[in-house]
Amino acid sequence: MEQLLFRHNRPGRCVTFAEYRAEGGFAALEKTLSGMSPAEVQQVVIDSGLRGRGGAGFPTGKKWSFVPRDIPGPRYLICNCDEMEPGTYKDRVLLEANPYSLVEGITLAAYAIGVAHAFIFIRRGYEEGAENCRRAIAEAKAAGLLGENILGSGFSLEIDVHQSAGRYICGEETALMNALEGRRANPRSKPPFPAVKGLWGRPTVVNNVETLANIPSIVANGAAWFKGLARIPEAAGTKLFCVSGHVRHTACFELPLGMTLGEIIDGPCGGMLPGREFKSCIPGGASTPFFTKEHWHVPMDFDTVARAGSRLGTGGIIVFDQGTCMVAATLNLIAFYARESCGWCTPCREGLPFVQDILARIEAGAGREEHIGVLREHVQYLSYAFCPLAPGAMGPVEGLLRLFEDEIREHISLGRCPFGGRK
Amino acid sequence: MIPDALKEELRTRIARAVTSREAAVDVMKELQRHYGWLADEAVAEAAELLGLTPLQVEELATFYEMIYRRPVGRHVIHVCDSISCWAVGGESLMAHLAARLGIEPGGTTADGAFTLLPCCCLGNCGEAPTLMIGDTLHGRVSPERAEEVLNEARGTAATVPGGPGALRKEEKA
Repeated sequence: MEQLLFRHNRPGRCVTFAEYRAEGGFAALEKTLSGMSPAEVQQVVIDSGLRGRGGAGFPTGKKWSFVPRDIPGPRYLICNCDEMEPGTYKDRVLLEANPYSLVEGITLAAYAIGVAHAFIFIRRGYEEGAENCRRAIAEAKAAGLLGENILGSGFSLEIDVHQSAGRYICGEETALMNALEGRRANPRSKPPFPAVKGLWGRPTVVNNVETLANIPSIVANGAAWFKGLARIPEAAGTKLFCVSGHVRHTACFELPLGMTLGEIIDGPCGGMLPGREFKSCIPGGASTPFFTKEHWHVPMDFDTVARAGSRLGTGGIIVFDQGTCMVAATLNLIAFYARESCGWCTPCREGLPFVQDILARIEAGAGREEHIGVLREHVQYLSYAFCPLAPGAMGPVEGLLRLFEDEIREHISLGRCPFGGRK
Repeated sequence: MIPDALKEELRTRIARAVTSREAAVDVMKELQRHYGWLADEAVAEAAELLGLTPLQVEELATFYEMIYRRPVGRHVIHVCDSISCWAVGGESLMAHLAARLGIEPGGTTADGAFTLLPCCCLGNCGEAPTLMIGDTLHGRVSPERAEEVLNEARGTAATVPGGPGALRKEEKA
């Protein structure tokens, strides 16, 4: 099966600039700067059907099109590499293997939007990825592919790497902009949307690493080619699926969008660990509602997963075996979100610890029948939060109530965890 | 007091920024590298360099997981307690380390060698359970592997991101 993001990968090391160049790297940039208009680049990306790979799945070209072109002054492009959603590690793998597709992708996106200054916002702990980005930027600059007057086209771009100091909320695009400006990373209210008023009050586009790394291949090979990479007609392209939990091979795979969950687990993941049986999984990072065996044949694409009651999210699949307590798993997820809440708004700051407390009681055998109703109400209440963190946090709780209500009741009626706390 | 050379280096970093406070995280990290943690003195120095009030720096310092506003050991061990690690024994790993070091999560050993902290997902879920010492990620950390990791760390200079004795970027190269 055809790959584009991992096409240049070398086993056990990062591809070099010379190797990337020799395999057609930066050809898309050369092609663009020698004859395509910014509007044409944007149109190819729109036509390709590329959707954001950071979690929300918003059409990338459409996001670019929201940037007003008639406002004088700077605009910015931010590459979001604040990959802190539990179960998600695709951007780290990508940047450790090949930072060049990202640098070329940022340059193409910047050309399309009319940006002269871009930032890569990278999380703490991704030292190797950050180092690769800095090196790739320096090499591209030395080769005249970045910096002033790129390839004599008159188009100039600077890319800066900003390394954060660890906080999940920084991945939310408006919080990210505050973080980048050196302010406390609380989210901002929308509207105004970043496309109109973002970084330093200027029009700004925030795209995920994987999203931007797709751009060179799309520009080089065209929209129809990209669409054709997917397994089902309504999907477009490939996706990095990073798998963890109770399967044989926990790794990051580039696979066609539209492969079913079962095909991914039984195929590249090599099936479940010996003696384990599939019970459930999180299909797209910690904020997405659970899937069970009944979702085994769901094609993994944005709309197909949404129709099945969850979200494709980041593509971080976390697999649980038959011995996993789903109340305990949900408690772990909620504890993460309660700790990572930035504290800005009341529903999130107060609501998440409250939900955590209820789940802890149920898991400890002190749950009561009415707790189920309280949890259900809070799925609703936390949707009133200021930003998507709290509604996202409640995704697994909603899934727990919908798919595993029996298991919650068993905890309550037995007065203990039926799994004996086993994971 | 920080050495003049470091102060100059930080001024150069700040001059490159679009607005000076954009460099706040980098400045805090460098000061933390110097002092071993972000001491009160460092907060004041960061404020002066960035043109902010100490309170504004405090507001940032207390926000980030990897900026330490309290003294830490020479090696800070961050143990992931998020879902992928939890599913394959993250809790036992933390319990093992706590017992082995004789401290609770959040504590520092009496000899000042190790601080043990739980942390959120380190993005190494394929190799869970995971911990990070200083800047180095370790995957598939069984209790035996944890033992090796502790011994390796003991034999090296400080791995606090930036703690005293840590290698500077240019020295690593």
